[in-house]
Amino acid sequence: MSKEMIKITNLKKSFGDLEVLKGINLSIAAGEVVVILGASGGGKSTLLRCINRLEEPTSGEIQLDGVIVTDNNINEVRREVNMVFQHFNLFPHMTVLENLTLAPMKVRGISKAEAEDTARKTLQRVGLSDKINMYPDSLSGGQKQRVAIARGLCMNPKVILFDEPTSALDPEMVQEVLDIIKELAGIGITLVLVTHEMGFAREAADRVIFMADGCILEQGTPEEVFDHPKEEKTKQFLSKIL
Amino acid sequence: MEIDFGLMVKSLPLLIEGALITIEVTALSVLFGLCIGCVVGIMRLCNVHALRIISNVYVDFIRGTPLLVQIFIVYFALPQIIGHRVDPFVAAISACSINSGAYVAEIFRGGIQSIDRGQMEAGRSLGMTWWQTMRYIILPQAFKRIIPPLGNEFIAMLKDSSLVSVIGFEELTRRGQLVIARTYASMEIWTCVAIIYLIMTFTVSRLVAVLEKRFDTK
Repeated sequence: MSKEMIKITNLKKSFGDLEVLKGINLSIAAGEVVVILGASGGGKSTLLRCINRLEEPTSGEIQLDGVIVTDNNINEVRREVNMVFQHFNLFPHMTVLENLTLAPMKVRGISKAEAEDTARKTLQRVGLSDKINMYPDSLSGGQKQRVAIARGLCMNPKVILFDEPTSALDPEMVQEVLDIIKELAGIGITLVLVTHEMGFAREAADRVIFMADGCILEQGTPEEVFDHPKEEKTKQFLSKIL
Repeated sequence: MEIDFGLMVKSLPLLIEGALITIEVTALSVLFGLCIGCVVGIMRLCNVHALRIISNVYVDFIRGTPLLVQIFIVYFALPQIIGHRVDPFVAAISACSINSGAYVAEIFRGGIQSIDRGQMEAGRSLGMTWWQTMRYIILPQAFKRIIPPLGNEFIAMLKDSSLVSVIGFEELTRRGQLVIARTYASMEIWTCVAIIYLIMTFTVSRLVAVLEKRFDTK
């Protein structure tokens, strides 16, 4: 087994009286592609958001690349852990190029020329070189999400977290985004996705995790979980969605 | 009764001089108020408990007491503490700036809070600090949205600055009073004063509308 990238130990998260995560233990290897499935309200997004501390865990521990994530080192950790959001969250007052170069310049401290060079190459990778000087408003949903992925890639992260990256897209735009993510799966970046795209999970995931009621109920290769689910709840969920 | 138009015209230079001083007081107060308001508005939203409390107390105190009383405090009460008198101009500007700052702080807070939460999350997820995200992502977007309310604040201050006439500071309203003291022409002079205020506020509101359009079509 290769190096451990994410290690979650007994993670709990409550919002007021509502316990959303009830003690999650999970280990993800470097370069692994993990898809988290489950019904809404099962805690998938909260788990993802706890990993880069957009939600502060109530208790438990998260290690990224061997470092325990705390309030004090969170900015350093986040350089290596990007997040792609359901609603893209591009910066609307900046051009595509500026969206891509801001964080590398301000956080990594690299020069403008170097940042723009990286941005151009990354945009080419997601097939949007011609949109470089556009504002996000003039892009389609699929293009926005590809720019958002490119924005994260410019930081050269070790991990990318995807929080329902295709849920806000028109159906015809889903594939272009999934294709990009699939490409990333091959190059050694650790990917953790919360998604409802079962076809994608079966094809691209190394491991599928099924969550319900704040717990990890079942996990395994896509074949194990999709074709031979052990838990009753998994079967129910899959029968509804497939 | 008869209206003495000749007197109105004759008093105009004095009143316009007062109006220029009104504009000066207003512009300086809103400018300083903007600086105070920007800082305090951000303080109200930051995660340092002490800064939040200080800014809350400031905003609550200023918004909860009349400007007239604040002017009295600066001009009459403060000298008793510091031991020497305060120049009326300094008192007028300080009182109005401190007052304006509290309202501008609320405008800033509203503008910042109107920006989608996802913007802060996106900035932080890229490893930027809270302050970097505020500076490069949130504030530039918020600025655009607060131009109309800032224009309103300017107009309100233009009118409220008439209150500094009570400490003898010779802006437009005080000039009107002084002219009336000599001529007893209340009707003519107050009408003139009102029209001059109206022209000033109307001009500002048109300017703000133009500015708003400019920023909108980027």
